[in-house]
Amino acid sequence: MLHIKCPYCGMRSQNEFSYGGDASVKRPELNKEISDQEWDSFVYNRKSLRGKHLELWQHLSGCRQWIKVERDTATHEIFNTHKADEEIS
Amino acid sequence: MTQAFRLENGGLINRDKKLSFKFNGKTYYGYEGDTLASALIANGVHLVGRSFKYHRPRGFFGAGVDEPYAIVQLYRNNETEPNIKATEQELFEGLEAKSVNCWPSVNFDIGAINNFLKIFLPAGFYYKTFMWPKSFWYRVYEPFIRKAAGLGVASTKHDKERYEHKYEYCDLLIAGSGPSGLASAYAAAKNGARIILAEDKPRFGGSLLTSDVNIGNQSGEDWANSIIAELKEMPNVVVKNRSQVFGYYDHNMLVMSEKVSDHLPKTKKYHPKQRLWYIRAKEVLISSGSIERPLVFGNNDTPGVMLSSAAKEYLKVYGVLVGKNPLVFTNNDSGYETAIEFKKNGINPIILDSRVNPQSEIINEAINLGIKIKFSYVVVAAQGYKKVNSADIAKISDNKKQLGTVENIKCDCICVSGFWTPTIHLASQSGNKTKFKEEIDAFVPGTSKQNETTLGAANGIFTLEETLKDSFTAGQDLSKKITNNDNKISFPNVVEKKSSQHDKFWCVPLPEGKNYKRFLDFQNDVSVSDIEIALKEGYRSIEHVKRYTTLGMATDQGKTSNLNGLQLVSEIENKVVPAVGHTTFRPPYTPISIGAIVGREVGKHSKPTRKSPMHSWHEKNNAIFVDAGVWLRPRYYKQGNETLFEASKREAKNVRTNVGVCDVTTLGKIDIKGPDAAELLNRVYTNAWLKLPVGKARYGVMLREDGIVMDDGTTTRISENHYHMTTTTAQAANVLSHLEYYLQLVWPELNVNVVSTTEQWAGAAIAGPKSRKLLEKLFPNNDVSNEGLPFMGYLESDLFGVKARIFRISFSGELAYEVNVESDNGNFMWEKIIKLGQEFQVQPYGTEALSTLRIEMGHVAGSELDGRTIPYDTSLDGLVSKKKDFIGKRSLNREAFISEDRQKIVGVVPLDKKTSIPEGSHLVKDAKAPLPNKKLGHISASCWSVEHDNPFSLAILKDGKNMIGEKLFVMSPLKNKVIPVEIVSSHYVDPKGERVRS
Ligand SMILES: [Zn+2]
Repeated sequence: MLHIKCPYCGMRSQNEFSYGGDASVKRPELNKEISDQEWDSFVYNRKSLRGKHLELWQHLSGCRQWIKVERDTATHEIFNTHKADEEIS
Repeated sequence: MTQAFRLENGGLINRDKKLSFKFNGKTYYGYEGDTLASALIANGVHLVGRSFKYHRPRGFFGAGVDEPYAIVQLYRNNETEPNIKATEQELFEGLEAKSVNCWPSVNFDIGAINNFLKIFLPAGFYYKTFMWPKSFWYRVYEPFIRKAAGLGVASTKHDKERYEHKYEYCDLLIAGSGPSGLASAYAAAKNGARIILAEDKPRFGGSLLTSDVNIGNQSGEDWANSIIAELKEMPNVVVKNRSQVFGYYDHNMLVMSEKVSDHLPKTKKYHPKQRLWYIRAKEVLISSGSIERPLVFGNNDTPGVMLSSAAKEYLKVYGVLVGKNPLVFTNNDSGYETAIEFKKNGINPIILDSRVNPQSEIINEAINLGIKIKFSYVVVAAQGYKKVNSADIAKISDNKKQLGTVENIKCDCICVSGFWTPTIHLASQSGNKTKFKEEIDAFVPGTSKQNETTLGAANGIFTLEETLKDSFTAGQDLSKKITNNDNKISFPNVVEKKSSQHDKFWCVPLPEGKNYKRFLDFQNDVSVSDIEIALKEGYRSIEHVKRYTTLGMATDQGKTSNLNGLQLVSEIENKVVPAVGHTTFRPPYTPISIGAIVGREVGKHSKPTRKSPMHSWHEKNNAIFVDAGVWLRPRYYKQGNETLFEASKREAKNVRTNVGVCDVTTLGKIDIKGPDAAELLNRVYTNAWLKLPVGKARYGVMLREDGIVMDDGTTTRISENHYHMTTTTAQAANVLSHLEYYLQLVWPELNVNVVSTTEQWAGAAIAGPKSRKLLEKLFPNNDVSNEGLPFMGYLESDLFGVKARIFRISFSGELAYEVNVESDNGNFMWEKIIKLGQEFQVQPYGTEALSTLRIEMGHVAGSELDGRTIPYDTSLDGLVSKKKDFIGKRSLNREAFISEDRQKIVGVVPLDKKTSIPEGSHLVKDAKAPLPNKKLGHISASCWSVEHDNPFSLAILKDGKNMIGEKLFVMSPLKNKVIPVEIVSSHYVDPKGERVRS
């Protein structure tokens, strides 16, 4: 079981969180004309990376904040966690 | 029965407490502190089971977790449990056990015929033999294998024992209480670190209990006892025996199984049988020791052949002789220690040492004691069927290839030592890439992967002094990092005998003309020839060889067999062992009971039960409940001998003619506040929300980004910046997360807060033509006329002193209202409605009538919003705004979603107006068409229309728009039904929606 540091609550067990997928996906702006390809890639296409991955988790049984987690998908190592609005270099 | 193999004195058992127990129906006696194995051996019982594949007689091979054979069916307190190792099961008064894997009995076993058909059962025999002909598998092979094989029978009874889970955090978790565990724990504890020290056996001390060493002028055992005594007194230390750390998971999470009550005849009141500990440790010290390796020779699975360390443990811990005429066969000095213990107890062992002329302190001691030693000698084969009665031995050439003349000598047991294999399972599970250590012919942990440090024998260090030094230092250094304390501990004086180098030899060649079975894996009956066949057939990867031959599989996990298997492969392949590599170690290290894994999450504890504030009223009024997620909802209120069908019809009918009241507390409720609340709703729902006035409700549909309908419900504008959203019962949690996702991640600029208020409000739906009359009684001070409270209107009021919210919304298609009060007042509200509704013939109605009402109205619910439908499919496309953008809108342009013959919701009526249509049935054009008959749609929900008094169903049908009036067939192969039907509008009642506005 992973141990995830919620930026608001501290170290918490994985079973308090729910997984939210790739955090680098950006929703196209509302009312903007975009191509089918752009929309499809937003809705459907995800990379299944091996290695370092920036992903979303929600601290569901805690503060309910969506957070960003830098995790290695192969080793499960967590390098860093961020608040949703934090700039990640 | 006398305990003929029990020594007069010695051992750590309590001779003052004699215990009786039964094995295969026969009564024996042992002592408190015995294991089932030690007590059986004390009674001269060595035949305990039959082997897995060939059903050969099986005895004892080890003395603990390493035991591959002695697996029994245990009976305790009227319960039975399979797969219990006799070497781990502590004896208690009244214990009963039986052999497994033998039929009809351990002494006469039909399956043993396999032994003589061995040509039939070589490596991969399951794959080769039983794959053809295919039809034989179920009828012939499988039943035969099921009957003949297996390691016991699982109980089919409900397990009444209690199992607990415990979550714990510590600075250092130390797995194993041998010398390295004790030393590191002691040093770390002195530095104030929070420690858990776990020992799988009942007694602490590990190898110190059986080895002839001296630490700080005390015997090893006394030193261990004094350290444990001191640790137990320290507040920062938890010391646990009977506790196996069996799994090392991510982020230094380890799981430990504590057998709290398995050693007792009965679990004490308020105690669990077992407890599973989830331990998050900052540092992990693996002091799991090592397991002696077998030597491989002919018939080396005969009962009476066992590990020399086990023989020593039976002697020193239990005061039991595994034989009175022992032969010790060794390739290193460990065998000598066992022989010396025999000799000290008046038994004359013979040592066969494969080495040419080894020299060491221990060997000298054996010589001085007058023990007979034969160097360059090996056991060629054990003789005896159910128990060893002699051994064929021979001299072996220096290159270990040629055997001299084979001679037979009498013996009643053969104690083997093929050197030691570090127990690296936990380190390997942690992700540690293990490395091969040439000097000991075994793998040891490499660089730490997580925060694990492996010490002592588990790390391939076999001298006590070095082990203690490393362990004190590790305990001190790791704890210092955490606590910043630095207490120096003086290193005790250690006296131990020096050993000489072990022999790399491990497998005795077959003598000319003999074809003895030489076993590598004792639990799975894998012999040298099986591995040879697998390699001959082209299997190369050790992982494939493992699966093909079953080497190192099952509960044993290769504890005794792993390295010998690798050695054999490397020899045949002419590779070094590290090039062959080893198979992956996976948790659990030892079998864990299902009960322990499940813990307290059984029955009603498996999930919470949510009840509405009116639950007790429903109970008192004969409600029959149904699970709605974790909620319990009244399905119907039973009157007299009514069936579900009759009751739901009566309740629904009463709503259509008079007035009914339904508990709708379970609907999800979300409070939405903030200046941008309307904007959020406008983006989330498909319809327009910016112009909804205060005091008005609106029905809305929300989509996922892929265009599929996610949920529906009404949202009411309570005040300028305050909305009350309702969701379906099932989607309440998902919708909240969905809103939070968009507010936090996608549109953080929106100034809105959302919070679940599902449990804050009790809700009652009041529906039916007389509902307004009832409302007038409930709220005499309000104008609830069609003008005062129009359809989709909202009022805040007072229900006889209780704050109430009134929404004029309808799910039933009738004139209807929903009243919410704070949860604590739910029962008060409900009783008022029932009381004041008497004169209008009010009746409560359950979910079944609720479904009937919504189905015949054509109102969609979960069975239509099933994660596959878009607004058009469910006739909700009128609610899709053309002007504004919203979540999922862009997806609605997808080609499949705009196709002309897109599926759409329709109504379905059987032509005979009598036959009920099973939900889930398929709609087809031609009932007699050849299979596969093309499916046009499916029945999503069925009811008995109370309005028309005939069956009515909703269906999602291809080109549904143009199918009204068509005659089709409903087919349900499951129920073996074919029903001719007519397709009608999904709005079967009040298609113009006049009643809700009346
Ligand atoms: Zn949090």
